[in-house]
Amino acid sequence: MHPAFSVIFLTTLIGAGQGLFLALYTGQLYSVFKVLPVQDSADFYALGSLIAVLLLLAGLFSSFFHLGHPERAWRSAACWRTSWLSREVLTLPTFMGAVAVYGLIHYLGWNPVLYSFRDTFDIDLSLVIGAGASLLGFTLFLCTGMIYACIKQLQEWATPLTVVNYTLLGSASGFLLATAFAAWQGSELTEFFGGWAILMTVIAFITRTASLIRNARIKYKTSLETAIGIRHARIEQKSQGFMCGSFNTREYFHGAPQHIFRLIKWSFLVLVFPIPLLLVSIGLSANALGLLIAAFLVQYLGLLLERWFFFAQANHPQNLYYQTVG
Amino acid sequence: MSQLALVIDLNVCVGCHACVTSCKEWNTSGTAGYLADMNPFSKDPTGTFFNRVQTFEVGNFPNTETVHFPKSCLHCEDPPCVPVCPTGASYKREADGIVLVDYDKCIGCKYCSWACPYGVRELDEHQKVMKKCTLCVDRIYDESLPENERKPACVMACPTNARLFGDVNDPDSEAAQAIRERGGYQLMPEWGTRPANHYLPRRKTRITIHEDELIRADNPLYKERQLPMPDADDPTLDETTSW
Ligand code: SF4
Ligand code: SF4
Ligand code: SF4
Repeated sequence: MHPAFSVIFLTTLIGAGQGLFLALYTGQLYSVFKVLPVQDSADFYALGSLIAVLLLLAGLFSSFFHLGHPERAWRSAACWRTSWLSREVLTLPTFMGAVAVYGLIHYLGWNPVLYSFRDTFDIDLSLVIGAGASLLGFTLFLCTGMIYACIKQLQEWATPLTVVNYTLLGSASGFLLATAFAAWQGSELTEFFGGWAILMTVIAFITRTASLIRNARIKYKTSLETAIGIRHARIEQKSQGFMCGSFNTREYFHGAPQHIFRLIKWSFLVLVFPIPLLLVSIGLSANALGLLIAAFLVQYLGLLLERWFFFAQANHPQNLYYQTVG
Repeated sequence: MSQLALVIDLNVCVGCHACVTSCKEWNTSGTAGYLADMNPFSKDPTGTFFNRVQTFEVGNFPNTETVHFPKSCLHCEDPPCVPVCPTGASYKREADGIVLVDYDKCIGCKYCSWACPYGVRELDEHQKVMKKCTLCVDRIYDESLPENERKPACVMACPTNARLFGDVNDPDSEAAQAIRERGGYQLMPEWGTRPANHYLPRRKTRITIHEDELIRADNPLYKERQLPMPDADDPTLDETTSW
């Protein structure tokens, strides 16, 4: 497939936003159970949520460039019963709204304790809203992944690993951002977030590599034989029926030479996994904010390449019909 | 329920592209707006088409065969392009099974074109909506046309009658009969799309003749030697009279 920059930015930006929110909420959850110290509402949770919302907004903004008619985008909420794209379109603004409310509650201090458990654990309003928002965050990962995983004939995508990778890569990037954010705030949560970021990056490395290995061994179900319905081992296209390009030759071929394609694969493998791991480990032990920020930025750059590769690697069966100009 | 479709006879298609041009001509003149051509007179012209004719070579030289292969939307009975559409712009009509796009609802997200295995949907670069073969829905029901012209433009144009149009669910229709009697098949059955359009295969008419069908090796009288055998140099009775 031809990678579209709008979708590359959409999926990487909202992934980081979702991950960042999940990190903030995990921190709050731990503090309720007195495992971690409580953070300042306005400075920490509200500002963190604001950053998450900005990332989500940027993703939403970039998605409009993918549409032929962005002014009709509201129509895409209609078919949530059947379409994962429609489900994503509904979940994204809902999640964004929930994160905004969560941040606002913290900022304004409208955070009444709803229920007190044995006078030690206080369940306040933000905790409840945050739980709902987390659920929406995970739903959003599911929707984004399923948009690709549900297309049967794009065999590189049609695997549960697609959903797993979107979730883990987004979370890893968000937790890395949370690490840098916490370090900037001088919060004690830096190491907690950093630990999770390292763990998720390592697991994501395993699952992303698993999908690369799987995709390298794919047996395509479609061949020219089934595409034109003639049983013969040697079929060769002599003409695709037109000389210049068409939607079919633009939308489904990435067009990059083989060595660039391979270079991008190795670049993302290096930029998303080992370098950020190294930077964040050194950054945590040396308590160096710059290194933590660099870790997030390097990984984000790597994720842009990862997403490019994700699209470029998918081989649409329609390409069999467009092999020779004539 | 009826399911209108095309049945395309690869045995007689000569690859003249008449269906391509007549499809373009008819559909670019319709009320739904033209099929945009970008840079028509400069470098890299490109345009929207609903139908293409491609050419394949099958076999190794000298035993090769050239197959011309017209391709348009197959109006699948289980169309994967429809449920993925977020707006409902892509839909399949209950009454006649035609798969259509509502150009006023389409947001141009291209998702349906990813879900179609056959590459028959094209984003119109000017109108920025998804387009595809409509099975000439604006011809086939048009009562202002004479009845024998209420057929798709490509079917009308084909000089070799390689395109049959009809209800493939009606066993008596020409299209359904052709599928049944002439080995009609579907493209990429592996994706479970159940295309309504069918293709009729190339055919060769061959008869097998064995050597003993050319000489009378089985003449029973000759075999059993009941009659006097003529001398070797005498004319045989076969040559002068018959038993
Ligand atoms: S051929 Fe493609 S566009 Fe046409 S109905 Fe089937 S899946 Fe949809
Ligand atoms: S049925 Fe009409 S729209 Fe479809 S390929 Fe034929 S001429 Fe084109
Ligand atoms: S007009 Fe008929 S013979 Fe010519 S390419 Fe089209 S289908 Fe084939």
